Amino acid sequence: MKNRFKKFCISGFALLSVTVSILVIAEENIASLRQDTPLNAVNESPAPLQNASNKDIKRGRSYPMQPPVIPHKIDNYQLDLKVNKCLSCHSRTQIEESQAPMVSVTHFMDRDGNFLADVSPRRYFCKQCHVTQIERSNLIENNFIDIQHLLSK
Amino acid sequence: MSMSRREYIKYQAATIAATAAGISLPSSSTNLVTDTKDAQLKWSKAPCRFCGTGCSVNVATKAGQVVATHGDIKSPVNRGLNCVKGYFLSKIMYGNDRLKTPLLRMKNGKFAKDGDFTPVSWDTAFDVMAEKFKKALKDKGPEGVGMFGSGQWTVWEGYAAVKLMKAGFRSNNIDPNARHCMASAVGGFMRTFGIDEPMGCYDDFEHADAFVLWGSNMAEMHPILWTRLTDRRLSAPNTKVCVLSTFEHRSFELADIPIIFTPQSDLAIANFIANYIIQNDAVNTEFVKKYTNFRLGETDIGYGLRPEHPTQKKSKNAKTAGKSTPITFEEYAKFVSQYDAKKTSDISGVSEDKLIELAKLYADPDKKVMSLWTMGVNQHTRGVWMNNLLYNIHLLTGKISQPGNSPFSLTGQPSACGTAREVGTFSHRLPADMVVKNPKHRAITEKIWKLPEGTINPIPGAHAVLQNRKLKDSEINAYWVQCNNNMQAGPNMNEEALPGYRNPDNFIVVSDAYPTVTAQAADLILPTAMWVEKEGAYGNAERRTQFWHQLVDAPGSSKSDVWQVMEFSKRFNTNEVWSEELLAKKPEYKNKTLFDVLFKNGNVDKYPLSDINKEYNNHESEDFGFYVQKGLFEEYAQFGRGHGHDLADFDTYHKTRGLRWPVVNGQETLWRFREGSDPYVEKGKGFQFYGKPDGRAIIFALPYEPAAESPDKEFPFWLSTGRVLEHWHSGSMTQRVPELYKAFPDALCFMHPADAKNKGLRRGDKIKISSKRGAMVTRVETRGRNKPPQGLIFVPWFDARQLINKVTLDATDPISKQTDFKKCAVNIEKA
Repeated sequence: MKNRFKKFCISGFALLSVTVSILVIAEENIASLRQDTPLNAVNESPAPLQNASNKDIKRGRSYPMQPPVIPHKIDNYQLDLKVNKCLSCHSRTQIEESQAPMVSVTHFMDRDGNFLADVSPRRYFCKQCHVTQIERSNLIENNFIDIQHLLSK
Repeated sequence: MSMSRREYIKYQAATIAATAAGISLPSSSTNLVTDTKDAQLKWSKAPCRFCGTGCSVNVATKAGQVVATHGDIKSPVNRGLNCVKGYFLSKIMYGNDRLKTPLLRMKNGKFAKDGDFTPVSWDTAFDVMAEKFKKALKDKGPEGVGMFGSGQWTVWEGYAAVKLMKAGFRSNNIDPNARHCMASAVGGFMRTFGIDEPMGCYDDFEHADAFVLWGSNMAEMHPILWTRLTDRRLSAPNTKVCVLSTFEHRSFELADIPIIFTPQSDLAIANFIANYIIQNDAVNTEFVKKYTNFRLGETDIGYGLRPEHPTQKKSKNAKTAGKSTPITFEEYAKFVSQYDAKKTSDISGVSEDKLIELAKLYADPDKKVMSLWTMGVNQHTRGVWMNNLLYNIHLLTGKISQPGNSPFSLTGQPSACGTAREVGTFSHRLPADMVVKNPKHRAITEKIWKLPEGTINPIPGAHAVLQNRKLKDSEINAYWVQCNNNMQAGPNMNEEALPGYRNPDNFIVVSDAYPTVTAQAADLILPTAMWVEKEGAYGNAERRTQFWHQLVDAPGSSKSDVWQVMEFSKRFNTNEVWSEELLAKKPEYKNKTLFDVLFKNGNVDKYPLSDINKEYNNHESEDFGFYVQKGLFEEYAQFGRGHGHDLADFDTYHKTRGLRWPVVNGQETLWRFREGSDPYVEKGKGFQFYGKPDGRAIIFALPYEPAAESPDKEFPFWLSTGRVLEHWHSGSMTQRVPELYKAFPDALCFMHPADAKNKGLRRGDKIKISSKRGAMVTRVETRGRNKPPQGLIFVPWFDARQLINKVTLDATDPISKQTDFKKCAVNIEKA
């Protein structure tokens, strides 16, 4: 099913962008996120549960302001009123021991841009910006162009 | 990738040596871009495309592409922060399968309902579409056509659509998807205060001593407001946070008082708090005497199901759901006295101690309380009641309209306030809180729109759920969906939505940037410019109106919604859609197109192209020959100026990070209804709820009533649906961003480990969730971020491959017509 879908993407949309001719697209293929399951049918094979990637290798960033994704699993990390497990490695005072990257300096700034002695409470819940990743190919390819590629054109 | 650190350093050294040897390389191929021209990016502001928080983002463009986005440091809303979705805005427009040309279902070169999607020109698309709309208008009258819009429409997109439908086609069958998210909030505001939208603002976060979340998971759904709340809670240690929900979620991480209650019992809890306040002499008597009235609401009002549904048949007062009668304070006190701690604990499953701890937050006169709520309260068959009951608590204690004392209805979509509510794209509304039923309101509208008297239809049109029913029943035959994915988002897809769209009597048009589930159910798909591919305006939850410019061009022949509406209006002649009688009142409109009458009316076409900022493209204005957005906005703003909804002039919004209306004499309003803060409050009044003629807000006596459908032997679980942090609504944008997809790729069934064990299930097992209406196959999650109590499951609806709305029930609040997506009964079996 997946292959058929990919083939459709290549023959369908690649052509579509080039020529508007007598190209016919099969109806069931339009809602690409559904990956071929007709609207009146139930997808009987949902993807198996997959744990977060735990390779612990830094991943690239699409632009400098992108929050880095978490390259390790964070199952059962305590993050509440009492404890922030992430900071037990990533805080300024822990990184020498943990060799983890320090939280960025922006995280020390309050709402008005003043630097505080420690990480600002507004940045306390790390998972609002930083997310883990599973190892899987993209559902739909994304054509975002990295600024470096634009410059070398 | 597999290079070791040492190898990498060696490799880098070689590159640097080559550079040092004087080999001339372009600036971009050194390891640092040094040429100022190359390194410079063009930064512009825009509000985020996603939730109702309304964060401002800075958007960088280079060579016609968006290349970066980040939180706008100058914005008072988010001060440089974004949530993970906001940080990835740069990628939402670049999914590989963007639609670039209209697609029509065809067979043998002609439109056919069972045909295959075939690329056609805009001309062909509009020819076929106009023919179908004309036929429906001829056969069925104005009620034969319909439109389903969005709280993600820009202000002028919604405004142009309302004009086309309500004035052009004289049909009130236009409703936004905001019906699914904010209708109960609107109903609550109108019933209690007589005017829509929160009296407070986000500044309340930095002033409150206690926060109470009612059916809202802000940590995931309003992450940036959650950062403001967290900031306050952690930096002012006496602050308390109470989180109420039917299941444990991420917002519980910050909860001092965590409360899990039985679905629907929030009605009893809110009444208990009011009772506790009265029993413990915590009523702000002076405030209540001066500024409130009491009323008893109608009960047993039904569940907004089809009239023949057995549950609906049983309810006595479905037809008079909104009715109420005046009562005294004493009568009200007696009414709520039935909700003592014992009874409320029995209904809700919450311990008496916890109920009292919560009530004390409100009862303490020295504690400033901010109540926050979203879909748990609004998507509720008694949603308007719940909104009313929450205002009751704040009115009894006088904790309202002052910094930190704030009943705050959070908004789901980026412009549910700005477009759906303020512009009035609902089937019963007109701009600035006016309604089609009111002859004065129609007259005001007809005057501003320069229409013959009697143009606007006085009977409210079909709301969201009713539109789908009418499509199924062949009552609406030509239907246009813009800027939403209602086939995936709407309730009871199997029994109502899908049969309605695929009904051979109907012609369905869907405008979208991507081929969504809804697009697949359509007959014609129109490729649509999105977000910064057009000039836009959104209004957020704190009444802040924000503008942005068109920053990049849309791909292929994609056009914005406003272009589509205006261009389509050219295909209708007044003689075809208006009666002779109506035209006789304005003979100069005879033989004019709807475009001439609605958009070339001296208002909308008033501003020349030279008013447009030269730094930015504006594809609509270039096509029509005048500054489309400015003309539409300035005509629209006439409705609210001088009537409590004042907007600033068009150009101001391009320069500011938004302003909170009413904007009077250039000043925005932070807290409404209080003297000194709101210019509409008369001198000496103190407070004035001027939405009501006597300036008094209403405290409503409303009981607990059961849900439309509760678990039984055959369907023993409650099903609640909702969102996740990483995805926006149906995932049509965020599932196409690789990082967001891989952060939360698939819908799951969150359930209690004991429930799983009893069913012989383990984490990761494949299961089938079924209701009386349909089924979905998914995987069990017993350890994730959501921890439901026994007897309840939570399933997010973002995943197009797993459609939970095949399972949900189309029961609505009978007053607001908003669907309850949080409660229906389901069964689970191993699949």
